[in-house]
Amino acid sequence: MKIYDAKPILIGLLIFVGFVSMPFWLHGGKVSPPPDPKLDTPAIQILEKKECVASKEYMRTSHMVILNDWRTQAVRNSKRFYVTAGGANYPASLQRACMKCHSNKAQFCDTCHNYIGLAPYCWDCHLPPKQETAQATK
Amino acid sequence: MDEKRRDFLKITGACVLGFSILPVLKVSAKQVTQPPEKRPAYKDHPKALHGKRWAMVVDVKRCQEQNKKGECRKCIEACHTIHNVPTIPSVKEMKWIWKENFEHSFPGTAHEFVPEEFKEGPFILLCNHCSNPPCVRVCPTKATFKRQDGIVMMDLHRCIGCRYCMAGCPFGARSFNWWDPKPYLTQMNYDYPIRRRGVVEKCTFCDERLAEGLLPACVEACPAKALVFGDLEDTASEVRRILSKRLSLRRKFELGTQPNVYYLV
Amino acid sequence: MFDRVFKAGDDFKKLLKLLGVFIALGFVCYIFQYYRGLGITGLGRDVSWGLYIAQFTFLVGVAASAVMVVLPYYLHNFKAFGRITILGEFLAIGAVSMCLLFIIVDLGMPHRLFNVLRYPTPNSILFWDMVVLNGYLLLNIIIGWNALDAERMGVAPPKWVKPLIYISIPWAVSIHTVTAFLYAGLPGRHFWLTAIMAARFLASAFSSGPALLILLALFIKKRTKFDPGEEAIQALAKIVTYALIISVFFVLLELFTAYYSKVPGHTNHFDYLLFGLHGHAELVPWTWLSNILAVVALVLLINPNTRKQEKTLKIACFATFFSLWIEKGITLVITGFIPNTFEKITRYIPTIPEVFITLGVWAAGFFILAVLYKIAVSIKEEIGA
Repeated sequence: MKIYDAKPILIGLLIFVGFVSMPFWLHGGKVSPPPDPKLDTPAIQILEKKECVASKEYMRTSHMVILNDWRTQAVRNSKRFYVTAGGANYPASLQRACMKCHSNKAQFCDTCHNYIGLAPYCWDCHLPPKQETAQATK
Repeated sequence: MDEKRRDFLKITGACVLGFSILPVLKVSAKQVTQPPEKRPAYKDHPKALHGKRWAMVVDVKRCQEQNKKGECRKCIEACHTIHNVPTIPSVKEMKWIWKENFEHSFPGTAHEFVPEEFKEGPFILLCNHCSNPPCVRVCPTKATFKRQDGIVMMDLHRCIGCRYCMAGCPFGARSFNWWDPKPYLTQMNYDYPIRRRGVVEKCTFCDERLAEGLLPACVEACPAKALVFGDLEDTASEVRRILSKRLSLRRKFELGTQPNVYYLV
Repeated sequence: MFDRVFKAGDDFKKLLKLLGVFIALGFVCYIFQYYRGLGITGLGRDVSWGLYIAQFTFLVGVAASAVMVVLPYYLHNFKAFGRITILGEFLAIGAVSMCLLFIIVDLGMPHRLFNVLRYPTPNSILFWDMVVLNGYLLLNIIIGWNALDAERMGVAPPKWVKPLIYISIPWAVSIHTVTAFLYAGLPGRHFWLTAIMAARFLASAFSSGPALLILLALFIKKRTKFDPGEEAIQALAKIVTYALIISVFFVLLELFTAYYSKVPGHTNHFDYLLFGLHGHAELVPWTWLSNILAVVALVLLINPNTRKQEKTLKIACFATFFSLWIEKGITLVITGFIPNTFEKITRYIPTIPEVFITLGVWAAGFFILAVLYKIAVSIKEEIGA
């Protein structure tokens, strides 16, 4: 089989592969340390029972599902309070529930999001607690 | 073009299309098969205020008298700080509640012999939460919709920013985020979100406060008690009592949108 | 069939390059708008739709006007139009593409565009506009492409295309009717709240669209070996004439209702357009330019001698197109917001990036049109039509 215009095609392919594999070259084969989200905020430390709105495993993989559900229920169905499987009551709100305990966005949320190169647009509107916002705008 | 190449391109195209819709299929498949672990529930706050047709009565005279003692912007300030409404002084202004004179609040109704003190008002204007809202009718995504309790709500996660609702609203109650609002916020309420550029926002009758048993922020902030909030379907409510006793105006009632903000004159 | 574009002459490539420059400029400005927000436009809370939506409205008319060549040819077997139906259909493709682009550049959240499909809302006219515009685009691509392909092969178009052609006729009317309904159903916007809006839209569309088509046909005749035919052009000229008369008549009807009833909600907007209101007269020169051009066009078109002469016909078509472009592409949309719902006047002047984005979309539409016309014309040349 003869490839027409082989030269430009091969050069183009090479450039493409170069671009795609850029992250590897830039990091020189180094491995970034795995994220270590911190749970030691003052609000959490004074909690008797350190329990989130769902199990740790579920929250780790699917917190966005709960957040999305909260959003739908609060905005569209006027349901603004959430009762966990354990019976605890929370406002269905990122700012008024999650961030009250996890007031350390930079050490909690951002560690994992940054690790996987994710920039959720939640933070465009939903303000992290005051000190965090102040730091971010500095 | 030679046939093989043509076929090759067709097959490649089909593959690219297939692979590009694959994630969508996967996601939708996942949603069906993976319910959240146990069944958690949503519950109303014990103090939550429920209504069937929320409405507001503005006692113009009381508001006026308060303003004679010195300019009063308490309701506006309360609303705009609580809801993080930015101050942008230009044609790109953002506002949920504001003051206007008689002539512009009720165009066509004013005449030159209106009592001088009445002319300037002020009239407190806000979204009328119409019973028959044109903004809801025109919205192409149901991003603005009518709740069971009469509140015309905004879903800011869904709004595409087409601004059809702004053309549809006869009351100029809607504001579009022409810019990123953040730089225009002098102070922030960390318990309420801000908005992104590109969406339309407006007064929501403080739905988030009603859910906790609080009255709308403007009503609470008014030092003259000139704003009264209540359910028009509730015969015992204060708004019903006032409206049955005193003459009131609604803005542009002739358009048939059935506004739910009443002005006592 | 696209290969013909690459074999085109230098002049054609120069044209594409020129359009490409405008597309690039518009794109750069759009990137700026995308990252900064629609604040870079001259729009505001009072005048919340401007140049973009106005262009969209005008171009829906141009797109719909393809029906003016399709209908006589397929329903009345008017043979002379057989040579130019493809030009009408391809003009529709170019125009609808521009319409869709203008909607997209006007959105505050363009990446949420598909919410319109995810949450279909039949009570919104904008939802229906999305349906009919995309349907019309698809219809014209399928019909135009198959008809041209068949012509190239020297065979009749496939049978299944015929029903699509018949569907496309009422569909063309629907796109402009629905676009008029966007405006004509809004309470509190008295300038638009008129039952004649859709009829007015169609009349002005069936005048401005064929006027552009005549200009394009004359250009093709001059620059290529394909002659769209004198008979076809003259028939189109008559369509332009009657449609323009009806269009002007409809505007006069509006003026009568406004000025005889003297209802301020109706007169205010026309006052603003024609004479200026409370010292604001931003659009007055535009309105009168449009009026004068319409009169010039009418004189040249109604008189058979000037209509039949290519030179004067060209002037008439230019005058028609620009007169109606001003009417629908500038004044109609903006004036709906002036005075606003508080009977206050906020002026609207488009910004430079806004103008460049607008030009960029126009250039993109004409780029598509140029490529499609190149293909069509070279096939016509090949088969010696």
